[in-house]
Amino acid sequence: MILKILKYQLRDVFRSRWIIAYVLFFLVLTDVLFRFGGDGLRVATSMMNIILIVIPLASIILGAFYLYNAREYIELLLCHPVKRHQLFWGMFLGLALPLVAAFAGGVMLPYLYNAASADAWQAALMLVFTGSMLTVIFVALAYYLALRFDDRIKGLGLALVICLFFTIIYDGIILFVIYIFSSYPLEKPVLALSLLNPIDLGRILLLLQFDISALMGLTGAVFREFFGTPLGMTVSVASLLLWLVVPVTAGFRRFLVKDF
Amino acid sequence: MHRRLFISAWLIVSVLTAGMAFGISSSAAASAMSSLSPETRMDGQETRSYGTTRTLVVGDRGAYASIADALSDAADGDTIRIEAGTYREYALLVDRKVTILGVGRPVIDVENNGEGLRITADSVHVEGLEIRNVPTSHSRDHAAIRFERASGGKAIDNILDNTFFGIYLARAHDMEIRGNYLRAYHTRESISANGIHLWNSNRAVISGNEVFGHRDGIYLEYVQESSIHDNHVEKNIRYGLHFMFSDDCVYHNNRFEDNGAGVAVMYSRRVKMTSNKFINNWGASSYGLLLKEITDSEIFENEFSGNTIGIRSEGSDRVKKYRNRFHRNGWAIRIMASSMDNHITENNFIDNAFDVSTNSRQQSRNTFEANYWDKYSGYDLDGDGFGDIPYRPVRLFSLIVERNPMALMLLRSMFVQILDLTERVMPTITPETLVDEKPLMRKVAL
Repeated sequence: MILKILKYQLRDVFRSRWIIAYVLFFLVLTDVLFRFGGDGLRVATSMMNIILIVIPLASIILGAFYLYNAREYIELLLCHPVKRHQLFWGMFLGLALPLVAAFAGGVMLPYLYNAASADAWQAALMLVFTGSMLTVIFVALAYYLALRFDDRIKGLGLALVICLFFTIIYDGIILFVIYIFSSYPLEKPVLALSLLNPIDLGRILLLLQFDISALMGLTGAVFREFFGTPLGMTVSVASLLLWLVVPVTAGFRRFLVKDF
Repeated sequence: MHRRLFISAWLIVSVLTAGMAFGISSSAAASAMSSLSPETRMDGQETRSYGTTRTLVVGDRGAYASIADALSDAADGDTIRIEAGTYREYALLVDRKVTILGVGRPVIDVENNGEGLRITADSVHVEGLEIRNVPTSHSRDHAAIRFERASGGKAIDNILDNTFFGIYLARAHDMEIRGNYLRAYHTRESISANGIHLWNSNRAVISGNEVFGHRDGIYLEYVQESSIHDNHVEKNIRYGLHFMFSDDCVYHNNRFEDNGAGVAVMYSRRVKMTSNKFINNWGASSYGLLLKEITDSEIFENEFSGNTIGIRSEGSDRVKKYRNRFHRNGWAIRIMASSMDNHITENNFIDNAFDVSTNSRQQSRNTFEANYWDKYSGYDLDGDGFGDIPYRPVRLFSLIVERNPMALMLLRSMFVQILDLTERVMPTITPETLVDEKPLMRKVAL
């Protein structure tokens, strides 16, 4: 049943124009960067900045819009003998998968036809992994918001605020904390703080790939232990997964009991 | 007819070669040595025919069973030829002008008993040996090959495996250290020693050596007018190259990679460093190149890539840095306010997390001019190849990190980029004078 809904959803999404625009955006951007920048490693570094801004924003807005627009369709399906959990997973994967596919395809295609080196591929795969995780996380957040607030203005507004909060304001707070408490040993609190923000997490994962030489300049032993070992990678990935599981479960729960 | 032609041609060629050899070389002794081809030196029979010098052969088939016996029998000008095999000897004193040649790579296993060769005579030539297992000592500087007050000698193509000091020169001038392979296995600074160690030895030539796992790969103290080139120095515990009080030296085409704290050069004048590679030196206090009290020097056409800090400059004045490549470093250049009158021009800065950082808003007349900065976003309307608006390589964020290293966590964050952008539009905090007035629009071709 999930598959059936998923199939319908996918057909619906791929028929719409925005997903094509989404693919083209990444495709053209990566391609242009290849043409100007040259090697794949540099392209990945430049893409990192863009991905960390564009993906959360696009995913959360598209997600919220999508669910609000599908409201009548959901109500219609729920009149039929379709289980709610099946419908939820169908709807969720039906948006998250095309978004991930569009992003991953758009980024990786230029790597393919530019015959990037192994190093560059490793960077690109890390990029795609982080981007995909962020996509899914922010779609989940959007679904939760759309289910929580029936008022679409309120839901979309909140989605924007959340996105802004995680991309910009949160880092401002971290910097503020670092400044205020600069005379205290801050390594662990700041590390913990950055684990609480999925975008920071993604950023750190990518920094580990691209800017390790700068990160090694940190004097704190805690940081070097964290960054220098697979432990850092494991903890970051685990936290990202947690970030995925929590909003999806919250949205799922709400969907099960929601009075449409 | 043909034969005669051939002979006369041969004569001309050999006269020319000899003339060139004597004409070019600055030291007569060195040229005399080098104009002998390795074949004639290797071949005992040929040398013997001169009559005055002998070849003493050590080994199973030779007249001597031990190197020590041969050494005590030798006279000035003799050649000691050591056949392949393992010789368990140590503290070999060379106090005559001999040539020591290993044939088929004989091994001298010191077996942790003390030092290897101690050379006290001038013009001693050591070639083709492998010396192993020289022990750590906290009271004596045990070395595999030590030249002590012995000038004009050579150490060529030796393998020094698991040694404390590798090659140690003390008051030995005009030396040539070429093509040696040195490897040590210690992991702590306190129990390891330097690969090639020079103290008070002038006009040395150190070339084509490979040094791994020592404390400092190449160490020079009070060494003047020496040339260090084409060496490969990797994974040493402290510095790849470390020199102090060594004026007028030239370093070129060396490769320093992944050493504990990179390369540190201190308290020297008129140093020239060109075409070296400084690669992947990572760590909180690790540098591609640390300049401390280096004055009137030139650093050009080097490559700095993947280092935490490309060049850190402290109290170094009148240093010219030009045509260098800075790729993928954490900080390309950290220039402390104690450095004055440095001239940084025509370098490529590409993919560094920070191009330049400094510890003070007051900059002391260091000029940055006509460099290529990949982060420069200006334009060139008059088409002269230089950007029309100046580039400020010190980001606000790099000052923040300078004060609060923890903030490095926020590298590449959107928030930080916005901060940098506002500062770039209206500079209020970053150093006013640290600015490249005419940034290049295109990379310097290197």
